[in-house]
Amino acid sequence: MQNPYYPFPVRIDEIITETEDKSLKTFKFVFLDPDDEKRFAYRAGQFAELSIPGLGEIPIGIASSPTEKGFVKFTVFKTGKVTSYLHAMKEGDIMGVRGPLGNSFPWDILEGKNVVIVGGGFAFTTLRSSIVHMIDPANRDKFKDIHVIYGARSPGMLLYKDELEAWAERDDLNMHITVDGTDDPNWKHNTGFVPAVAEQEAPKADDDTYAIVCGPPIMIKFTQPVLDNLGYKHDHIFMSLENRMKCGIGMCGHCNIGKEFVCKDGPVFTLDTLNQMPREY
Amino acid sequence: MKIVQIDKSQWMEGIEKLKEAYRVYAPVKYESFHDFKALDKGEAPDFDFQNTRRSPKSVVYPQSEILFRYSLDKNSDEYGILKEEEKDKTPKAVFGIRPCDAYSFHLVKRNFDTEDYQDPYWLAEYNKSTFIGMACNAPCTTCFCTSAGTGPYDEQCLDALVVDAGDHYLVKLLSEKGEKLFEAAGWTTEAEASAESRIEELKSAAESKVTSTVNTDNLKKQKMLDLYEAPFWEEVAFSCINCGTCTYVCPTCWCFDIQDETSGKSGVRLRNWDSCMYPLFTLHASGHNPRGTKLDRVRQRFMHKLKYYVDKYDDGIQCVGCGRCVQSCPVNIDIRRVCNMMNSYDPETAMCEVTTV
Repeated sequence: MQNPYYPFPVRIDEIITETEDKSLKTFKFVFLDPDDEKRFAYRAGQFAELSIPGLGEIPIGIASSPTEKGFVKFTVFKTGKVTSYLHAMKEGDIMGVRGPLGNSFPWDILEGKNVVIVGGGFAFTTLRSSIVHMIDPANRDKFKDIHVIYGARSPGMLLYKDELEAWAERDDLNMHITVDGTDDPNWKHNTGFVPAVAEQEAPKADDDTYAIVCGPPIMIKFTQPVLDNLGYKHDHIFMSLENRMKCGIGMCGHCNIGKEFVCKDGPVFTLDTLNQMPREY
Repeated sequence: MKIVQIDKSQWMEGIEKLKEAYRVYAPVKYESFHDFKALDKGEAPDFDFQNTRRSPKSVVYPQSEILFRYSLDKNSDEYGILKEEEKDKTPKAVFGIRPCDAYSFHLVKRNFDTEDYQDPYWLAEYNKSTFIGMACNAPCTTCFCTSAGTGPYDEQCLDALVVDAGDHYLVKLLSEKGEKLFEAAGWTTEAEASAESRIEELKSAAESKVTSTVNTDNLKKQKMLDLYEAPFWEEVAFSCINCGTCTYVCPTCWCFDIQDETSGKSGVRLRNWDSCMYPLFTLHASGHNPRGTKLDRVRQRFMHKLKYYVDKYDDGIQCVGCGRCVQSCPVNIDIRRVCNMMNSYDPETAMCEVTTV
């Protein structure tokens, strides 16, 4: 029996500081046993428990895409005990990754459809995974129009800046980058909150168009009426939740919302499902 | 099905014999109450109790359990890599478990043994355990097992059921595991033909003594959000002090925390029982808490047992009616009353029937 609590040993291969305030770093891990990479076969939208012996585990969305081989990437916000320690770790250090966990974005539904991604702040990690997955040459034909609306407080707070610029150049991806405000005279993208940009740039709803919304609660709150006005049905909107969790496999009982476990039945739910659940997230 | 008879004077001899092949767990007396314990050589179980103060869940699922060991010695090859903890594989004989408590393992197993994941620690302990039930001839006033899917003579989750028939025990052997254990103990004397009717007689007498009940027939039909938003939670939660005693004594509460504990350059990854009654249970690293109030947490405990899992498994409530939480609650919150409130709640009028159990 495979022990679902056992983290695969990994080596930190590269650490990238993503934001100007240094609160977000991307960790690129390489599996010590190459076979573990196969065991870790994942889909965009899933997460894993990052395990640091002596400190514990934290659930973090997978930022790399299944199409990227040889490593797995996570972008981590420094906020608690484990993340603070992780931010102080060095390339070459050994730790663990346990997963993949959770249900992922519904790729069986999304294939053949228009996809609108609305993201804000550091909730963009599994969205990056999804974008890289969809625009991979092997996959791009499987999707119709792809819109991405992504914003942060300032240009320096955007994640994956080089990739964003490269995506903005593509003609098979409608990329809308925005910041709340900036004094940079050379800023060439949008200025304004994500919901306002979504109002102008998101396509009108139809049966073949699905939205994925991930961001801080305030962004989600104001994006909702925009999508409603555009006609998006609630079973066409996907959201990814976070709750305190320990096991990640639906056993420890921490992350339940009603009868659903965020870790196992989620983290991705349709807005329709969320409307039927208590607001315990 | 085989029924064997054991003279009470032969009881200890068989138990001592079993200790050679099994770890034998049974109730023993501590001060004024009973609890399950692994018996030492020569130590006798004590069956002079109505029910143990704590449930026997710890026999399968210890309150604190090592999952892994690790080294933090940077010079070691094993630095930072978790090693699985070697577990004792000796089979366990669990004596004197009440049928309601045995049924609780069946309910909890739904959580630890799923299609997607199997918890290797819980399942290993469960699978190596043989459950020898002790039928309940004198239920407590707080017992409501008969309306919670089980009963004082319920056989469904036992390997054998022991019935106290005065100067001897009558034992129904209910599984191969149970038969094997009784053979190993040397308890093989077949009971007289009248044993079966004697057991039935005692069973009816015991069942008629369980007079308190819960109504559960309407729980499935109730809309989850109606119950969630019902005003009665204010009143139910008012006196709660969030002490967590109910979850601690409950046989069907299994929530756990995982923690690393380091000493010098080595340590262990542990799992410990946890409780949804504590604010830390759901606290995010950001400081946000989805169940930040005591009302949220009290509601979670009852909704989980009496609604969420009724919906999730469509197989009754996640409660066996042992009554421990009723007995142990320092502020007299009574799950029977809450269950009846939930069952009778009318969202149109926001009223429910309040029973005085």
